Order: sequence, then structure tokens, then C-alpha cells
Amino acid sequence: MTPYVGQAIRRKEDPRMISGRANYTDDISLPGMLHAAIVRSPEAHAAIVSIDKSAAEQRSGVVAVLTGEDMAPDFASGLPMAWDPPGVDINVPDHWPLKRGEVKHVGDPVAVVVAVDRYLAVDAAEDVIVEYDPKPVVVDPEAALEDGAPLVWEQFGTNKTHEWAVGGGDVAAALEAADVVVEQRVPNHRTSGAPIEPRAAIGEPRAESLTLYSTTQIPHIARLLLAGMLDMPEDKLRVIAPDVGGGFGAKLQVYGEEALVLALARRLGRAVKWTESRSEHMTTSHHGRDQIAYVTLGAKRDGTLTGLKVRIVADLGAYMQLLTPFIPELGFPVMGGCYRFDAIDVHFTGVFTNKMCTDAIRGAGRPEATYWIELTMDKLARELDMDPLELRRRNFIPKEEFPFETKLGIVYDSGDYHGSLDRLLENFDIEGFRREQAELREKGIHRGVGFSTWVEVCGLAPSRAVGPQGVGLQAAFWESAMVRVHPSGSATVYTGTSPHGQGLDTSFAQIAADRLGIDPENVDVLHGDTDQGPWGWGTYGSRSLSVGGEAVAKAAEKVQAKAKRICAALLEASPDDIELADGRFQVRGSPDKAKTMAEIAFAAHVPPQELPAEIEPGLEENSFYDPENFVFPFGAHACIVDVDVETGKVQVVRYVAVDDCGPAINPMLIDGQVHGGIVHAIGQALYEQIVYDEDGQLVTGTFVDYALPTAAEVPSFETDRTETPSPVNSLGVKGIGEAGTIAATPAVTAAVIDALQPFGVEWLDMPHTPMRVWNAIHGHGHGNGHGPPSLGEHGMGSAGSGPSSPDEGGAP
Amino acid sequence: MIPAEFDYVRADSVDGALGALAEGGEDAKLLAGGHSLLPLMKLRLAVPTVLVDIGGLDELRGVERENGGWRVGALTTHATLQDTDELGVVARAASLIADQQVRNRGTIGGSLAHGDPASDLPGVLLAFDGSVTARSGGGEREIAAADLFQDYLTTSLGADEVITTVNMPALEGYGWGYEKFTRRAEDWAMVGVVALVKASGGGCEDVRIGLTHMGPTPLRATAAEDALRGGPLDAERIAAAAEHAADGTEPPGDANATPDYKRHLARVLTRRALESAAAGAA
Ligand SMILES: Cc1cc2nc3c(=O)[nH]c(=O)nc-3n(C[C@H](O)[C@H](O)[C@H](O)COP(=O)(O)OP(=O)(O)OC[C@H]3O[C@@H](n4cnc5c(N)ncnc54)[C@H](O)[C@@H]3O)c2cc1C
Repeated sequence: MTPYVGQAIRRKEDPRMISGRANYTDDISLPGMLHAAIVRSPEAHAAIVSIDKSAAEQRSGVVAVLTGEDMAPDFASGLPMAWDPPGVDINVPDHWPLKRGEVKHVGDPVAVVVAVDRYLAVDAAEDVIVEYDPKPVVVDPEAALEDGAPLVWEQFGTNKTHEWAVGGGDVAAALEAADVVVEQRVPNHRTSGAPIEPRAAIGEPRAESLTLYSTTQIPHIARLLLAGMLDMPEDKLRVIAPDVGGGFGAKLQVYGEEALVLALARRLGRAVKWTESRSEHMTTSHHGRDQIAYVTLGAKRDGTLTGLKVRIVADLGAYMQLLTPFIPELGFPVMGGCYRFDAIDVHFTGVFTNKMCTDAIRGAGRPEATYWIELTMDKLARELDMDPLELRRRNFIPKEEFPFETKLGIVYDSGDYHGSLDRLLENFDIEGFRREQAELREKGIHRGVGFSTWVEVCGLAPSRAVGPQGVGLQAAFWESAMVRVHPSGSATVYTGTSPHGQGLDTSFAQIAADRLGIDPENVDVLHGDTDQGPWGWGTYGSRSLSVGGEAVAKAAEKVQAKAKRICAALLEASPDDIELADGRFQVRGSPDKAKTMAEIAFAAHVPPQELPAEIEPGLEENSFYDPENFVFPFGAHACIVDVDVETGKVQVVRYVAVDDCGPAINPMLIDGQVHGGIVHAIGQALYEQIVYDEDGQLVTGTFVDYALPTAAEVPSFETDRTETPSPVNSLGVKGIGEAGTIAATPAVTAAVIDALQPFGVEWLDMPHTPMRVWNAIHGHGHGNGHGPPSLGEHGMGSAGSGPSSPDEGGAP
Repeated sequence: MIPAEFDYVRADSVDGALGALAEGGEDAKLLAGGHSLLPLMKLRLAVPTVLVDIGGLDELRGVERENGGWRVGALTTHATLQDTDELGVVARAASLIADQQVRNRGTIGGSLAHGDPASDLPGVLLAFDGSVTARSGGGEREIAAADLFQDYLTTSLGADEVITTVNMPALEGYGWGYEKFTRRAEDWAMVGVVALVKASGGGCEDVRIGLTHMGPTPLRATAAEDALRGGPLDAERIAAAAEHAADGTEPPGDANATPDYKRHLARVLTRRALESAAAGAA
């Protein structure tokens, strides 16, 4: 029988998802449930002068109207931030679910209205009259660092949040030794996670305890931290993440609204639901990216890299959320990409601005790092007049040198960078392309290709490396699993991860099924409920398979070992002679002496006389797995674009990807993750940008202005894989959930630059909107638009309007 | 994203709708496909107190050929227009509106009454020199496209009037071109151009060019029309005429498009639309 692992089994979760039978948080309606609406600041920075609740309170059906001051007794502490790096001070302001005294960005919550239905709550929220005294606003992180800039937090005397540095080797000497040094400022602009399901939370009181239903990626962490905020024992709080419709990092958070519905439920003794509108999502679910890097890259004339220096300014927004200051730093392990250096030096500066906080969005730090190194490599290749792929090949860490310790002390587990680039070029004929490109140019069609040879650090994470004594996260990152075989031989797997679209119900079932000798159809995977199964750290950082999946494998192997002992007793054989083959536990060499898992499971629950007393009844095992290292997936991507040089419009016409995430558990799930990841990156490169104007007003607050790409904007992807196992875990697997997003932005940008070579365009900042590309072609600067903000007469209501300010989103 | 409270009346006849409108007063609004009105209500930028739903009035649906022209019922959806090939550029323009879900709901009457200069059909109606028939308690009147669009989201329709029919000459023998420039397929036009060309003996007998999103209302590119009309219909003259496409326009700017860039787009798109129209007219 072929193992289930490796097969493209269809997703077990799909029938319920695509037939409307999934159970999302907003689908849940509890008896007597109330609805909350939040009064939010229209100002980017202001003192709250007064709040008049009277009109709202007088509406019939309104149960409570509460301000930040009113709710001060409800919270023992503010929203948590989990990074405390040894030896580094971070300025962390108070961050209450409802603001007291001042608001710091548009959408900052000021009061909450609770009513018997949602419509009423929203109407009453409009009746709450808040008087604000506006204060000066700062939105550009570099301007925020200048002397005399308006301060987001006066008590710190600066907008700087912290600095953090890491290095290895003597970078000054390495750059000195270089024949060629290129320097480039590379912004990586602000984006939104924009999952199809916005956030929602329900607080439910029950006797002495509370239940939170929430659209979260981290139910167990949320319980721990929310119990602290609410000053209640962890066992009295249950957190349930029902079906979650995508997260992309935006739900890797502990949000004020979660604390709020719990506090309201406790106060009012009734269930309270809050559901985010799309406008609220764009305004107050955390954003991602928004960093500016100054990259200095040195090489010998023959292309051998010497040194890399990166200075990063990270716009963190107005507050610290769970991982806000840490996210830029998460890119540091792969700052040098797939390449060997004599020295690398990286320095981060975090900045407060009057904008929503940034935090983890798919890739979180690693897309930025990859963007910087890959595009600067291309620039270096042009400077050296060398083929960019040749430059890469010359500097790839060779296959034989893995595990490879980089100058930053990071150990890349395994890799074959030459192999994945070779495979890419088997799928994409570069010489043929160059001929075609020349012919098309003759006809006025401007086609270009861009490459990205990427490596990612994921599988968060070895607790020793990232925990308090490592980089300083106040957490550990092992993962747990419990495998329970029922008396009839079917099984339930409980995982501490919290999938929200990744397909883990399917891949974890495959992993368990092979080890239990049963069909994956008969393995149910449960997650997202803190009252079921062991504690776990959730789903993010492409960790679920390589950490959580490994825990499942280990727990299932423990069950298998016990099943063998039971089987041996039943068959009067030695446990060492029992093997699992063809879905049966049999005596090695005599396949007629065998038991199925169903027979063994029944014996485990209803023990017959022949079971020795020392075998405990039941068939269920736990496992806690803390990896020894990260895993490092890698690959090579090629993006081909056409640019309409008359209008500047860019169209992706072909995309070829070779990825390596170790042996495939389910190749179809890998394709799905890669496709989604690439679309996410094409979105950032060409379409999506969170834009604030200079007054701190969010310009891209709807899906009309925040341009997510759709199927019509992307080609059919050509994917291929190589399989280089990781030595870190027994499955040999590496993460793939973020890979496409990490890999693809530089490939898209490089392709546009390549297409525009006849026009001498050497650099472009994302997103490559038609006007910016057209401006670049016509020499109006680097495609950054031109002229001062010119406000459209279309307000938000106009369907046809785009963002009404050309502010570059704080990352110009 | 939740509209303010409103009352809802479902009309069972045009007269019933007129009655309900009159009764509702100032803040009563007709509801057709809802795909312009409801988004505004959800953002609370429109706060009608009564919605008079005309969606059930089948007599306002359908496309008919009459007296050398087209009579299109106001409730005809973009999807129906898209599937009516004989409508030529109207079908083409309708097929490029948003996505299929929006086209299944949105109506030609709603699109014209809404008066968004970024919408596709207003510019098309203007290029056709078409009109709408509007009915109120006081009777029926015909409003020429040139008089209908007054300003941004503002038409000359009275609050008590219902568009019943949209009228367009058939323009037999005209070739057409439609160019809609968007970032994403489903977007509103950054700039749109509709071109209609009648050729005779290698010359340009007539030309009409409608511009979308180049001002607070749809516009005619009259300078470009004048430059092409009456002379030979060749690539050189088309290109020269297209250079005048943006003459005198003051398009609204935004972060994705400054007025200058939009004027540039109008010239490029006009040339392309005229080339298609000329090819079809030959
Ligand atoms: C996501 C999205 C994308 C879109 N993209 C485009 C696009 O690319 N191009 C485009 O052209 N449009 C676009 N639209 C708008 C769409 O075409 C609308 O359907 C159309 O503009 C309005 O038609 P409706 O029937 O939905 O009108 P409604 O929204 O019902 O009404 C609009 C207005 O017209 C009034 N009205 C409706 N019918 C009549 C009538 N018979 N007589 C008098 N007044 C009337 C209403 O009172 C209201 O003020 C888009 C809409 C959405 C939601």
C-alpha cells in the first residue's frame, strides 16, 4: 500500500467550506446575545476633550455606552507586546482597548456601544458625540526621526521606538576590499492582510468563567494573555477559534476588541458579539511591511560578494501590538539571501507614526529582506555588466556546505540553490526568451523577465533561539499534538496549531493515518479550542507542518508503539516482531498473523484476558516537540511581464516557480500555498498599498482603493519542485505558506525593470502602478508620481475614485 | 458598513413608484439594482429615509428595436446588454462593467441616473446623442444625454421622476471602438473612450467620441471629432485628431492618476478607439 503522505489528497475541509456549512465566528448566535459597535477616532492625533453619551444612551435597545475611563477598572493591564530583547530598551506606550485621554491614529477606539442588535448599536455609535482637540500629525517615518518632528508620544521625547543591530565579520573591511559597491534605498510599502473573513469576537459569560469565540490564529496565546489583561485565572477562560476564513498574519494578534467583548460579557452577564466591517479592517486590523532599507552591497570585479550592510527604518505605527517592533527583525536571518559573504551588518530603527500599528503580515520581515537582497543583486549585476543569474550562481552557498553557518550565526539546515535554479531554467528557456524579447521590442511590445532566488527562515521556532534568552520573545515555540484512537479504530488528532485555510485537516490526517494504519478519511483533526487537547502556539511563520506536523507524527508513533505492544499480546508474539504493513499490524514474516487497528483499538478499550496488566487501557498519546533549528525552504522564481509603454500598465503574462520545501506531504496543498503566496506578492508589487495622506487620514479604506488583485490579473502559474529534506525534523519538511509571498515581489519588480531597459530605467519603487511606470519611462523621477497631492473631487462614495493623495504610504 | 435606518416600499407599477416617491418626499430614493446606491448607504454617504424598490417592474425591462433606434427599458441589466450583440459598443461597454455579479444586478437606468462620470454607460449614451424618457406625476418628458449629466453625481432628473426608457439611434454603418483603462479588470475606468465612426469613400463622414472620467460629467471630445470629421480616414489623421482628445478637459486627479496623466491616457485611448472604429467602419 502506498503511504498517504505524498499523495495529492483532496482537502477534507473543502466540502463544508464551499457549500456554506463552515462555522465562522459571525455565524454563531447565542441566546440573549448583545452586539457591540465601536466609536472610533476620525482624527489621526488628538486629545479627547469630552464624550457625550446621552443621545446614544437614550435610544431604546441600547444596553450600555462605555468609554475608556468607564472601562478602566475592567483591565488589569493593556494590550500585550511580547518582545523584550536582552540589552535593548523599547519604548512601549500604554495601549488600552478603549483610549483614555488621547487618540493616536484614525480608527483608534474611543467608546463602545452595546445594544440588542447590530444595526441599533451602529446607529447609536453615531450618536456618541466626541470632542477632539487635534494635535500635530506625523506619518512619514523618516520625517518622524527628524528634530522638531511632532511627537506621537511626548513622554518618550522622540519618535524612535528602539534600535537593534546584528552583525558578523568586519563589514567596513569587507566593503573596503570590494571593487564595486552599490548602494540603494529600497522602500517596502505598507499593506493590509485583507483576509476574506474580517475579524469577529464573541464574549460569553458562564457561571464563573468566560468563553471567547474569535477569528484568531493563536487561541492558546490569546487565552494566556487575555486572562492576564482581565485578571482572571487561565482555566476560567476558554478560547475557541471556529472556522477562520484566512488570516495572513492579521489574526496573529491579541486585539482590543477581543478583550472588550470579554470584559463586556463579564460586566453585563450576557454574550456580546462584535464583527468588524471591511472599513474597520482596513483601518484597525494591523498592517504589514512599511520599512525602508538602505542597502550597501560590495563585490569583487569577478562578482564574488564581500560585504552587505543594511540600515532599516521601520514604521511601526502608533502603538506596540503583540510583535510590532520584532517583525522587521524577523527578516535578519535571511538578510544575506542564498549567498556567501565575508561580513554582514544589519541595523534596525523603529519609529512611531500616527498610523495603525504594523505587525506580522504573511512573510513578516522576510519578504522585505528578500526584496532588498534580490534587487540589489540585480543592480550589482548591471554595475558589473554581468548576467544576474551568473552573479547568483557564483555566490550561492554550495550544496555540499550544508548545514551552513552564516556570518550572522544562523545555520541554514539544507539547500541546493544551484539545483533549483537549474530546474527553473529547464522550465523556462532564457535564451529563447531573450530572442523573443528582442523580436517583440522591434514590434513595440516591451516584455521583461525578473528572477528571484530566495531562501526563507521559518518553522517558528526553536524556543532557545527566539525565546527570552535568544532574540528575546517572551514565549516558547514548541508545538503539541494529541492522537486519540477511538474503540472502533478511527482517530482524532488534536493540534496546538490553529489552521485557517492551510489545509492542515488534510495533511495532518495523512501524517497520522500512515502511522496508525488507517485511512485519512477516518482521522479527524481538531484545533482551535483551548478546552480540547494540549496547549499550543498557533499557526503563523510557516510553522504548522514542520513543528505541529512533526508533533503529530511523534504522537502517532507513540500510539503505534503501544498498538504494537497490544497486538503482540493478542498474537502472543514479541512487540519487536510486529510491523505495520499494508494497513495491518502483523508478525514480521508471517503476514497471516495480523490485527487491524480497529481490533487493536477495541482491545485497548475493552481489554480481553490475554492483555497483560501492565498495558494501560486506552489508546491515546501526547507529544510536545521543540525543534532544534529553523527550517530554510528555498527556490527560484521567474516572472515575465509585458509593459504597455504608452500607458505604463504592467501585466504579468507568465510565472514560473520552482520551490523546495522538502518531501511533499500533499503536493496539491503545496501548489495552493504557492499560488496564493505569489498572488499576494504580485498584489504588493503591482496593486496593493495602504496610503495615508499627510493628515493621517487613511485614503485606501475600501476595496475600491485598496486594489487586491483578482484571478483576472494573474496568469496560470507554472510550478515545479525539488525536494531537499531538512535534517531538522523526521518528516524532512519545511514551511511553504509564506514562500510565494517572500519570493515573488523582487521577481515582479526585476521583470518590469528588465522590460524598460530600452528606456534606461534602472530602478522602480513598488507598487508599479501605470502612472508611476509611465513617469519612470518619461524620466519624471523614479516612477514616484509627480506634483503635490491633488485631491480628487471624488470622495469615498465615488465608485470610480482612486486614492485621493499620492502620498507614498509613509515609505517614500 | 451598515446603512442608517430606512423604510422600504416595493412598487408594483410605475405609477405606484411615483406615488411612493411623492409620499416619501425629499429623502425618498428609487432602488433599482442597488449597486451604486447601497454602497453609498453602507458608508452612510447617502441616507435616504425611504427606498422605493422598482426591481419588480418587468415592464421596464427589455431591449427593443423601434423606428431606427433602440429602446432599452431602464431596468435592463448590464448582463442583458452584454448578451445583446446587436447593441455593438453598448454590449461591449456593458461587458466591461465591474464583474459578472455586479452586471447581473446593475441596471442601465440606475447607471445613468446615478451620474457617476467614472461609469461606462453615461459616456456611451452621450456619444450616441441618446436620451432617456422620464416619467413623473406631471407626465413624461425626454431628456437628451447632453442635458442629463449636470455635475458629479448630479443629473437633471427631478426627485419625483423615474427613467422608464433609454433611447439610442441605431447608428447603422458606424464602426465602433471602446477603450477602458483600469488597473484591475473589475475597476471603474481611470479613463474611458468610446468612438463611433462612419466612413464613406475612404473619408470620415461622421465621428463621435465620448470620454469617461475626464471631468465631473461624461464629455464629448469635440476638438478631436472636428479634427477628423470630413477628411480622409487614415492612421495619420486619426493620430493627429487623437492629440486633441483632452483639449479643454479638467479631469479629477487622484493618487493613481494626476490630471496630466489622465489627459495623456485620453489621447492614447482615443487613438486606439478610433483605430478600431475606423477598421469596423471600413
Ligand atoms: C464593485 C462595483 C464595481 C462597479 N464597477 C462599475 C464599472 O466599472 N462601471 C460602471 O459603469 N459601473 C460600475 N458599477 C456600478 C454599477 O454599474 C451600478 O449597478 C450602476 O451604476 C447603478 O445601477 P443600479 O441599477 O445598481 O442602480 P441603484 O444603485 O439602484 O441606483 C443608483 C441611483 O439611481 C437611481 N435610480 C435607479 N434607477 C432609476 C430610474 N429608473 N429612474 C431614476 N432614478 C433611478 C437611484 O435612486 C440611485 O440614486 C460598479 C458597482 C460595484 C458595486
